[in-house]
Amino acid sequence: MKKIRDFFNQGGLVLFAVGRILAGIPIIIALTVLVFMATQALPGDAAVSYLANTATPERLAAIRDQLNLDDPLWVQYFSWASDALRLDFGMTLTGETSVSAILGERIQNTLILMASSGIIAIPLSIVIGTYAAVRRGKIFDNVSSLLTLVLAALPEFVVAIFVVFLLATNVFQIFPAISFVEPGTLAWADPMSLVLPSLTLILAVTPYVSRIMRGSMIEVMESEYIQMARLKGLSERTVILRHALPNAIAPTIQVIALQLAWLAGGVVVVEAVFAYPGIGTVMIDSVKARDLPIVQAITLMIAALYVILNILADIGTILSTPRLRTKYARKNDTSDVFAAMDGDQ
Amino acid sequence: MSVVKLSNVDIAITRGGIKIVEKISFEIQSGQILGLVGESGSGKTTVSMALLGHTRKGAVIESGSITIDGHEIVDASDSQLRSLRGGTIAYVPQDPGTALNPGLRISKQILESLEKHQPDVGHEVHMARVREILTEVALPSDEDFLKRYPHQLSGGQQQRVAIAIAFACRPKVIVCDEPTTGLDVTTQSKVLATIRALCREHGVAALYVSHDLAVVSELADNVAVMYAGRIVESGTRDEIFFNSIHPYTRRLIRALPDIAGRNQILGISGYAPMPWDRPSGCAFAPRCADAQSLCSQSVPEITKISNSHNVNCHRHKDSTKIVATARVEREIVSSSTQALLGIDGLNGFYGSRQVLFDTNIHIQPGECVALVGESGSGKTTLSRCIGGLHDDYEGQISYFGNALGKHALERKKEERRDIQYIFQSPYASINPRRPIGATISRQLELFYGMKGSAADARIKELLDLVSLPHAIVTSFPDQLSGGERQRVAIARALAAEPKLLVCDEITSALDVSVQASVIETLKNLQESTSVALLFVTHNLALTRSIANRVAVMRKGTIVEYGGINDVFNSPKAEYTNRLLQHTPTLK
Repeated sequence: MKKIRDFFNQGGLVLFAVGRILAGIPIIIALTVLVFMATQALPGDAAVSYLANTATPERLAAIRDQLNLDDPLWVQYFSWASDALRLDFGMTLTGETSVSAILGERIQNTLILMASSGIIAIPLSIVIGTYAAVRRGKIFDNVSSLLTLVLAALPEFVVAIFVVFLLATNVFQIFPAISFVEPGTLAWADPMSLVLPSLTLILAVTPYVSRIMRGSMIEVMESEYIQMARLKGLSERTVILRHALPNAIAPTIQVIALQLAWLAGGVVVVEAVFAYPGIGTVMIDSVKARDLPIVQAITLMIAALYVILNILADIGTILSTPRLRTKYARKNDTSDVFAAMDGDQ
Repeated sequence: MSVVKLSNVDIAITRGGIKIVEKISFEIQSGQILGLVGESGSGKTTVSMALLGHTRKGAVIESGSITIDGHEIVDASDSQLRSLRGGTIAYVPQDPGTALNPGLRISKQILESLEKHQPDVGHEVHMARVREILTEVALPSDEDFLKRYPHQLSGGQQQRVAIAIAFACRPKVIVCDEPTTGLDVTTQSKVLATIRALCREHGVAALYVSHDLAVVSELADNVAVMYAGRIVESGTRDEIFFNSIHPYTRRLIRALPDIAGRNQILGISGYAPMPWDRPSGCAFAPRCADAQSLCSQSVPEITKISNSHNVNCHRHKDSTKIVATARVEREIVSSSTQALLGIDGLNGFYGSRQVLFDTNIHIQPGECVALVGESGSGKTTLSRCIGGLHDDYEGQISYFGNALGKHALERKKEERRDIQYIFQSPYASINPRRPIGATISRQLELFYGMKGSAADARIKELLDLVSLPHAIVTSFPDQLSGGERQRVAIARALAAEPKLLVCDEITSALDVSVQASVIETLKNLQESTSVALLFVTHNLALTRSIANRVAVMRKGTIVEYGGINDVFNSPKAEYTNRLLQHTPTLK
């Protein structure tokens, strides 16, 4: 924590973060263009696809009017995108409610699910990966390698069904198979309903992260500074926890961020299996109902999440790597360059 | 009293039982430094690690005894070893750049040894010791410095930190594994002085492992010479350097570049065998001029020459003295003829940073110009500009008076053919997926359209020029030693029949004996083909064996440029003088 505090004091991270967020803005704008274009690529227009067989000229006209479909394309894009950037995604096609009102609660539920899986999955993978690397070639390593390979190969809905089979229906009946959350309350009001969906996501994420962690740790354990630490007479515990682990985590952070971002997409299927009231179930419902404003809003949010997580990962990597941390924090960064050039003088 | 005592130590690879080192015995008294000398693959690092009870993965100390300050190491438990390591016996690594933890502040890295080995002492006392030891190794000890990470230090400072770590707990024994290999000569001499002073002052016994005989001659009280896993000769410093008996030791000393310029550098043909293909009998026999049939049949036993002097050689009574051949003076090629290569007012850049300042060099046909400088001096950048590999410069490089394009792609085919570049690492510069023959014939086809039997015949000529056997054409690079690969790289360059060879530190990855024979090869080549050389190196002594003229670079500027004897005998620049003084020599 002290390191982090020092760092903020020097103002390096703030500058870096501001830079990265500024660089994120064009990406988000590009995303709005892509999402908008994707909707345009559908056959017919939004009104036709929404109404499908029930289309009458009057209803088509009403919907087109609601979505401003008669305006030129670029006008449509700008009005949609400028609203979207203010988190106003307009009204749903069904009429009365706004997209934001429907999504608000659902997004919180999804974030709760992602957070509860991430909080367990990340430390768990680091522990498994580290232990497997330290016990390389021994039984724990071999078993965990096999298990993580099998789990990584299974699609998450298969894992979900297996988890339901094992813990909710046929073998044990401990947790509810369906996550029923009262409308108007949030998911943590009923923690039991969170267990199985979280478990499924944990089982989906842990294999990747622990395998990367294992590889990173093995590389570090073979480095000369680890040999040096052992030749200082330090205990194996100190060698692993103080000398190896911090250096092995830094390269894993990027993978963790990508996996968390993947969670945002993977959550769609898992929520559907457990009927969990998050954005995943809304997504599937609105795709079925061809309710384009909702689909657009969710797609854009998942994409934005990728961008945010990547920025966080970059910041995390810098914080955990002294070489980078000092580079960004340094004020007079020429002194070291010259010290290095002058040898010992 | 002997603080370190090894007797008949064998270390072997667990699978297959191949011995890496055999029958190693030596002793070190407190306050004394033993230099352990050997070329790559001799097993010197394996021996040095064994003193700390450490073997690399897959290797084991099979038999023998190692005692450190009375403690037996060979069958010690892990916890016994841990209490000795860092406390009683400490280690100074070869490359502090990789041996210091990049994620820990240097104060912590010194402190943790103290915390481990003196747990009863308070933090304040430990910190006081950290400051004290930093001062002893001539580093600052203020708060700002203590908080630094290794990457914020120069190479020399990193090595001093590593020495501070080793000496922090006042060990009885210290093991140094080529700790100055990556350092510039001026930094090296300061680091060596520090090690010497600390050992003398605190009565520490030191094992100093090195391939560099000159460094060992300046530092060690006693010397042991290793070859192919065995100690072939050991004795006091003077016995080894001035009265050596083993043919290998004698040849090795002659392979050293002589900075005083008296003697010709002399290589040893062949190369040291790896543990898995060592010959039976005396391992040096295949390279030895004195070898008889007995030598390839049985391993020689130790023969005592004096109380301190031991040698393992069947021919210890009548081995040939290697008489130093006087160095042939190299004439300075008259500069009245038109220069082959002219560099005029060259300013080189990396982006906004200028690394070369107004450099001027002229190379005459058939001469060898050496370009000497420490790391970061810009010598490699300059040679890359000449080779057309670095085009971020202003000024002009001309070839027989015609301006050359900046990038190799902007140059005419003939110009590219006439200026050939040989890289530092023979491991990275040859395509590993092509046989040697194809690597060389590519050049012949490209520049001369030569194919088939004509090309084959030419390849044989080229291999003869660089003293490689013809059979090598079907080999792949990974089947060759470093010296052989570098010869292949030279042969490839020669295939273009160049007028100028740019040699960028081409011997720095090679053993001393191999370096000497590569230098011999280059010299012979110059005499038979009159190719001009630009010989880039950090090793000032080496230039005296090959160059007609020498340019000394510092921080992107040529500080001295003149005939080889003038520069060595009466250097004009203060910097050249400093380099000459700090270069280790046999005295």
